[in-house]
Amino acid sequence: MKQKKYWGILLLSGCLTLSMATLAWTEDGEGEGHERHERGFLHQAADIGPITNKAYKTECSACHFAYPAGFLPERSWVKIMNNLDDHFGENAELNDKTRLVITDYLRTHAADRLPNRFSRSMLRSVDAGATPLRISETSYFRHKHREIPARMVTGNPKVGSFSNCLSCHSGADNGSFDEHSVTIPGFRQWED
Amino acid sequence: MKYIYALTLLLISSAAVASEAVVQERLGQYRTQGAGDFDAARGQTLWQQEHMQVKLGKQVNCASCHSANLQQAGKHMRTGKRIEPMAPSVNPDRLNDAEKIEKWFTRNCKWTWGRECTAQEKGDILTFLQSK
Repeated sequence: MKQKKYWGILLLSGCLTLSMATLAWTEDGEGEGHERHERGFLHQAADIGPITNKAYKTECSACHFAYPAGFLPERSWVKIMNNLDDHFGENAELNDKTRLVITDYLRTHAADRLPNRFSRSMLRSVDAGATPLRISETSYFRHKHREIPARMVTGNPKVGSFSNCLSCHSGADNGSFDEHSVTIPGFRQWED
Repeated sequence: MKYIYALTLLLISSAAVASEAVVQERLGQYRTQGAGDFDAARGQTLWQQEHMQVKLGKQVNCASCHSANLQQAGKHMRTGKRIEPMAPSVNPDRLNDAEKIEKWFTRNCKWTWGRECTAQEKGDILTFLQSK
């Protein structure tokens, strides 16, 4: 009985120490940095992860694949969201409330705010002074797709463009861009 | 089996009622902004009217993306993305959200016509869509 109590106390103090340590950890970051720490800690080398913002997913995927925020730096998202009335030639205006919610999500999850293995490589390929607006124009993207001939993408009516991630990356909706799960429609399994 | 039919019928009819209420509320709003009576035939003419899309260098109209047959799905002329049918009779998700209606009027009028639609034009188009 006495021993049981001893273990109980030990366990409790262990939990307390751990939770205090977590508190101290999260307090280093300021405000929105909180989530960054948590995710950075848990998913150091993980995939880019699924879209976690409902407004972003609903509004943007009404017209196209909702690209992961971690594929562009924060400054790129800011520029894109400030020019929705001419969004790559389309009008994609939003009301102020929705626009701010989405901008905030994209900024806090951008490549330079929430690092993972993709966003780090992406950032390295972007000049410090550049503000890319298209993921498909970054050197990292081009490098990763360099072996794919145009006939499989732009010349392939089932794909059409390198912007349609989901056509070939079947797990893209869940933030998985693993090259082993790539299937190009109309062609047999893509092998590196 | 009978129940499934009954349930489907109920769902379809309640959806039609939902879009009807939203459309009526919108039309009322447009009248307060100076519009008069609304006409589906005029809405159809507007739907088909071609305009020069400067950035694209092409003549476009609403049907360019939404398809000429409103009961069929359309296809975005640039991204190729499927656009579900506009007719509330076959797509209960249409015209049942005022905010969504206004969002798309703003975007699509500006892109297709190069300007915002007037309250009268929006009312005529909504009346036309609701009749399909």
